[in-house]
Amino acid sequence: MSELTLMKGNEALAEAAIRAGCKCFFGYPITPQTEISAYLSKRMPKVGGVFLQAESEIAAINMVYGCAGSGIRCMTSSSSPGISLKTEGISYIAGADLPCVIINVQRGGPGLGGIQPSQSDYWQVTHALGHGDFHALVFAPSTVQEMADTVTKAFDLADKYRMPAVILADGLLGQMMEPVAFDEDAEIKMSDASNKPWAANGHGNRREHNIINSLYLQAAELEEKVVARFKRYEQVKASETLAESYRCEDAEIVVAAYGSVARLAKSAVELARKEGIKAGVFRPITLWPFPEKEINTACENAKKVLTVEMSMGQMVDDVRLALNCSRPVEFFGRTGGVIPGPAEILNKIKEMMGGDK
Amino acid sequence: MPEFKRPHALCDVPLHYCPGCTHGIVHRLVAEVIDEMGIEGDTIGVCPVGCSVMAYDYFNCDMLEASHGRSPAVATGIKRANPDKFVFTYQGDGDLAAIGTAETVHAATRGENITVIFINNTTYGMTGGQMAPTTLPGQVTQTTPYGRNTSVEGFPVKVCEMLSQLDGVALAERVTVIDPKTVMTAKKAIRKGFEFQKNKQGFSIIEVLSTCPTNWGKTPAQALQRIRDEMIPYYPLGVFKEGAIR
Amino acid sequence: MTNDILLAGFGGQGILFIGKMLAYLGLYEKKQVSWLPSYGPEMRGGTCNCSVCISDDPIGSPLVLEPDQLLVMNTPSFDKFIGTVKVGGKCFIDSSLVEGKSDRTDIDCYYVPATALAGENDLQGMANVILLGKMIKETGLGDEETIEKTVKKVVPPKKAHLIDANIKALKLGMAQ
Repeated sequence: MSELTLMKGNEALAEAAIRAGCKCFFGYPITPQTEISAYLSKRMPKVGGVFLQAESEIAAINMVYGCAGSGIRCMTSSSSPGISLKTEGISYIAGADLPCVIINVQRGGPGLGGIQPSQSDYWQVTHALGHGDFHALVFAPSTVQEMADTVTKAFDLADKYRMPAVILADGLLGQMMEPVAFDEDAEIKMSDASNKPWAANGHGNRREHNIINSLYLQAAELEEKVVARFKRYEQVKASETLAESYRCEDAEIVVAAYGSVARLAKSAVELARKEGIKAGVFRPITLWPFPEKEINTACENAKKVLTVEMSMGQMVDDVRLALNCSRPVEFFGRTGGVIPGPAEILNKIKEMMGGDK
Repeated sequence: MPEFKRPHALCDVPLHYCPGCTHGIVHRLVAEVIDEMGIEGDTIGVCPVGCSVMAYDYFNCDMLEASHGRSPAVATGIKRANPDKFVFTYQGDGDLAAIGTAETVHAATRGENITVIFINNTTYGMTGGQMAPTTLPGQVTQTTPYGRNTSVEGFPVKVCEMLSQLDGVALAERVTVIDPKTVMTAKKAIRKGFEFQKNKQGFSIIEVLSTCPTNWGKTPAQALQRIRDEMIPYYPLGVFKEGAIR
Repeated sequence: MTNDILLAGFGGQGILFIGKMLAYLGLYEKKQVSWLPSYGPEMRGGTCNCSVCISDDPIGSPLVLEPDQLLVMNTPSFDKFIGTVKVGGKCFIDSSLVEGKSDRTDIDCYYVPATALAGENDLQGMANVILLGKMIKETGLGDEETIEKTVKKVVPPKKAHLIDANIKALKLGMAQ
């Protein structure tokens, strides 16, 4: 049976990956995601999986490329500077239509930055996760239980659409413990390539040879490949957006926030409600595709929208695009690893709603 | 007498290599070994960035195209997930010994149970003949127009010598393909690499001294002669390490 | 009911460990809980703190900036956090290690010579647990059965021989 146990977000991600049939993990140590590696190095050998510490972030993502190319569920994890190193490999993974899961437990940047929680990789993950025309699925959980649940979803959708999926967490979510439930009796079954006819895992003299590749030297051929991929992205956009609306029904001000900041925003909204301000929180769970319809519904009664992030303002661009100038969108954020407290968010809400409370 | 024909593991397509280039010979040797061992259905190849970038169209086994230098990491990912399959990489000198040095050295020292076919032709062929990590001292290339000056550009990397120092390496052998005798030796070395892999003995690398007549500015015959006269003296042929590590 | 708790001291004093005890105590009391450590270089011997939230409702911010309860085991943490305790809150201080006294009259301060008590009772290294015992008593967080279950859960298997000592330390703290 499943008993609630306290786990760090990073550990929950790792355990959930195993339960999703992730057979191989390739990673490189970096704070604040190291618990993922530490956990899997213990667990993987016991469940018939593979844990390998790579010589670099670049090697780790290319191990994922090879493993995913052979049709096996696999994962890597890192934190911001390490993800920058992986972007080359992620581009090749997208270009070769390979499914895999990549975890980014964000820390402050740019450069070496800091090791405290941050959300300053939003642009990177949603708009430029490597060179070329492509997207990755991006999930932004906000509780430890959701970290676990999202991993399964990420693997399933990555397989379904043959594209990389990213779980965008941050140091706060990775390090904090909350109750999480795993079914103790569930059988752990490592993935195989049986449902992946495209996999390069040895043709066994039963089919033509498979080629995993992203090189198309003829412009027209490459265009065709990319256009086909973008048609698939349209399907993803139409059917895979996820979001949560919290007390938005009557909200005159909606706070848009994702991940750990959405939790802080909820606390701020509770404080605002106590002061008579009708406030709500809109929380995108998928950052790509961005839940455009859902945010418009959530903001139906809102006079104003406030985006709060642990950055200088990145998701706010997508919020503005999605709302298409229908109402004013302002931004409040802290960066560098500073966590915006509920009281600070409340002050901004009051500042915005002061005139027409 | 066995009939001379195309090995099954080599696709029936025209190769794009230049006249006099020895890639074709090495491709054929790898394919012959795969045929003779009967492992085409269980083999997965990884090709590099460089002249052999499109080798995925030439080998009849399953193939992956890696990004520049990352073949040993890609091969590691395949092999760890599929330990009973045969995995080989086919890489040039820029790919293996410059941009991919870290991946090469670490796959080797882990004793990754893969076979690496390493084509050393002392130049970047595909991009038009720039200096490679293996370019010989004094050699003129597009980016060493006055000859490789070791006080400026440093010295060539002797890959087999370097890797033979690592405990994870089961086989490090340098061969060439300039006449029937060396071709036979090269084939034996490649076979040995795959046999080592079959027996799960660790990392094997077969370095093949190869020609690049186009970028060397030589005829095919002159190119073969250059291997004899200039390359073998700097990169001696032979076995640098051989033995089970497990 | 929301109980925002901040535990602070030096790395190595077991601040994170008692935070985990508290979180499990809350969990076994069927509350919503969260545990958030400070992490980074301070883990290697500098100051260390830990936010624990115990609530009837889903927890928004897991980061405790204004605690209902503060537990401190060194002077820098005492100086840094005493001013942040909510009006009507409680502060638990290891008076063996913190010399100062708070001049706040709007909170309740409990001065427990936890480190000295640990030494006198053959509970070396368990000042943290003693002080936690005091906090549990003053806040009524869990009954004896839950406390025992919690200790058995959080003491790692390799240190199972310390279960009894931990329970003893908690009880000692509760008796202060």
